[in-house]
Amino acid sequence: MSAVLADMPGTVAPATTKAIAPSKGGRPWTFYVLAALFVAYVLALYGPMFCIYILSFQDIRGGLVFPMKGQSLHWFIDLFTQVRTGDVKGSFDRSIKLAVIVTIITVVVSFLAGLGFRKRFRGDTFVFYMMIGSLVAPGLVLGLGTGLLFQALGLNASWYTSALGAQLSWTLPFGVLVMFAVMSRFNHAWEEAAYDLGASRWQSIWLVMIPVLAPGLVAVALFGFTLSYDEFARSLQTAGSLNTLPLEIWSMTLNVTSPSLYALGTVTTIVSFVVIGASLGTIVLIQKKRGSRAKGQE
Amino acid sequence: MKNDRGDIELAGVCKSFDGVTNVVDGVNLKIADGAYCCFIGPSGCGKTTILRMIAGHDDPTAGEIVIGGQNVVGLAPVQRRTAMMFQSYALFPHLTVRENIAFALRVRGQSKADRLRAADAMIEKVRLTSFADRLPAQLSGGQQQRVALARAAITEPRVLLLDEPLSALDEQLRVQMRQELRRMQQELGITFIHVTHTQLEAIALADLVVVMEQGRIKQAGAAREVYAHPHDRYVAEFMGGQNVLSGRVEKVNGASFTLAQAAPSGIEVPLQARPTVSVGDKVDIAVRRDDVALVRPGRELPPGCTASLPSRVLAIEYQGYFVKVMLDTVPDDEFVAYVPEKTFFADPFTVGDVVMATWATGSALPLA
Repeated sequence: MSAVLADMPGTVAPATTKAIAPSKGGRPWTFYVLAALFVAYVLALYGPMFCIYILSFQDIRGGLVFPMKGQSLHWFIDLFTQVRTGDVKGSFDRSIKLAVIVTIITVVVSFLAGLGFRKRFRGDTFVFYMMIGSLVAPGLVLGLGTGLLFQALGLNASWYTSALGAQLSWTLPFGVLVMFAVMSRFNHAWEEAAYDLGASRWQSIWLVMIPVLAPGLVAVALFGFTLSYDEFARSLQTAGSLNTLPLEIWSMTLNVTSPSLYALGTVTTIVSFVVIGASLGTIVLIQKKRGSRAKGQE
Repeated sequence: MKNDRGDIELAGVCKSFDGVTNVVDGVNLKIADGAYCCFIGPSGCGKTTILRMIAGHDDPTAGEIVIGGQNVVGLAPVQRRTAMMFQSYALFPHLTVRENIAFALRVRGQSKADRLRAADAMIEKVRLTSFADRLPAQLSGGQQQRVALARAAITEPRVLLLDEPLSALDEQLRVQMRQELRRMQQELGITFIHVTHTQLEAIALADLVVVMEQGRIKQAGAAREVYAHPHDRYVAEFMGGQNVLSGRVEKVNGASFTLAQAAPSGIEVPLQARPTVSVGDKVDIAVRRDDVALVRPGRELPPGCTASLPSRVLAIEYQGYFVKVMLDTVPDDEFVAYVPEKTFFADPFTVGDVVMATWATGSALPLA
């Protein structure tokens, strides 16, 4: 060792030139290009929505286009009091109920599908493609078909039967796909360990799988809810005589010519954000709860 | 009466996952109660499958697994009274150390106060008291291993099965945790079955070392026996520490035979446990690396040495208390001498030197 070092006394000469200039905290030009691109993207994404939100806060003179005329909550009051704007409250009610039912079914079925697909079985790829297939089918056509089928069977189309079915054909594949992604991070040794320690199948699902997968299940629920809440194409021919909210909004665009329409848009967006916020909050809460229990003794 | 015996007998155990090839192929083995047994072999040799079958996570295709005199095939792990420590420990990520350890008692329906008291006693045993409320992700590898050990031990198993328990740890910790495993095994007084692919781990820990290859047991015995008296070429090469030479038997004379080799005088080998050797047979022999002495050409061989194989030094590695000298004695195969440090530096060789490799005649071991 020492002999080796002694052989080359001059090799560790101090560096005279620097191969790469050290960073002085400046950003490369590509940063500004990408930042500009991002700003443009955000504007394109939220700009149109903000137009609606802003215009919904006009006063009684308000119209459907800019410039903005005054500021008030007039059109929000109008939305919930005037009959001519349509059955907003009823359709909102139905949409929320439908979304809740869809969410529950989606979470339960996706979880069970996730359990089922833990192991390979005969025909598993076929079953998988059958499930995914309905994602590819055009929604309007699928809704039309569902409506026709109900008619042929002599059943009345309504939001809680045919529309529910049509929406599930949309939310289930999504839920299952999300569930697969969630399950891929589930270590099957946890299940084996539970079995090894004497847990029954139910105990292993209840005490290990569900708590570990909880954040993922909330994500599936969020998917189910939002996909159902603003689902239009599949519901159009299947909702029967009573409209869901997106159908109501659509029919309002045809015959309502006041900023009430925009007020409705603002209200539904707020509901969406509340739901998303609640879901994310739940996930954060789950993780925080674990963290705080863990810190107990420090 | 509760049967606490943890002796294990495997009788003709086979396992096939696809119905065509046997991953475990007719394994027979007896493991004494309270023994520390290591299964060792390359990956895919079936050692983990055997462990999982003893644990009750896989069922054998054929054969019997007997624990404490009772055939346990088809029983759940709890009924077998075995417990397994998984390779990556498989600690429940959402439960604290205390809850992880108490899990087995929880699913047995013990009251919260009882099970937490039992868990705390176990936590103390594995010296994790100050970490009892942490989550597994907040622990180091060594601490996680202790939690896994405690979680398995709280069920009071008669057999504890460990699947590569040290592979997730770094070198230094591995040696430390190795001792801790041995200490726990002695404290609990139960049978440990430990799967590993590290030779050093196996011989350092085990009362019984089981060397496996392709679903079969190649040799099972005490650590020293397997290391010093390998049964065949595979075991010798896998356990390491041996040079394996092969050649044809030139002549058989009483208690020894002579192997034709590149050596001028052939290699004389004591017959030992190989009674049936005849002239012309192809035979493998093993010579321990630390039995090989290196002599400069022309010098006298040490007493008791007859073989002398001319070799060139290919590489030299300093290992502290010995020096590893790699030689080209055997074409296309490794031949290594472990020379004690002081001997080596009394007359050091350099790469390219020609030396005679020799050993005491009695130390050569014929292989099956």
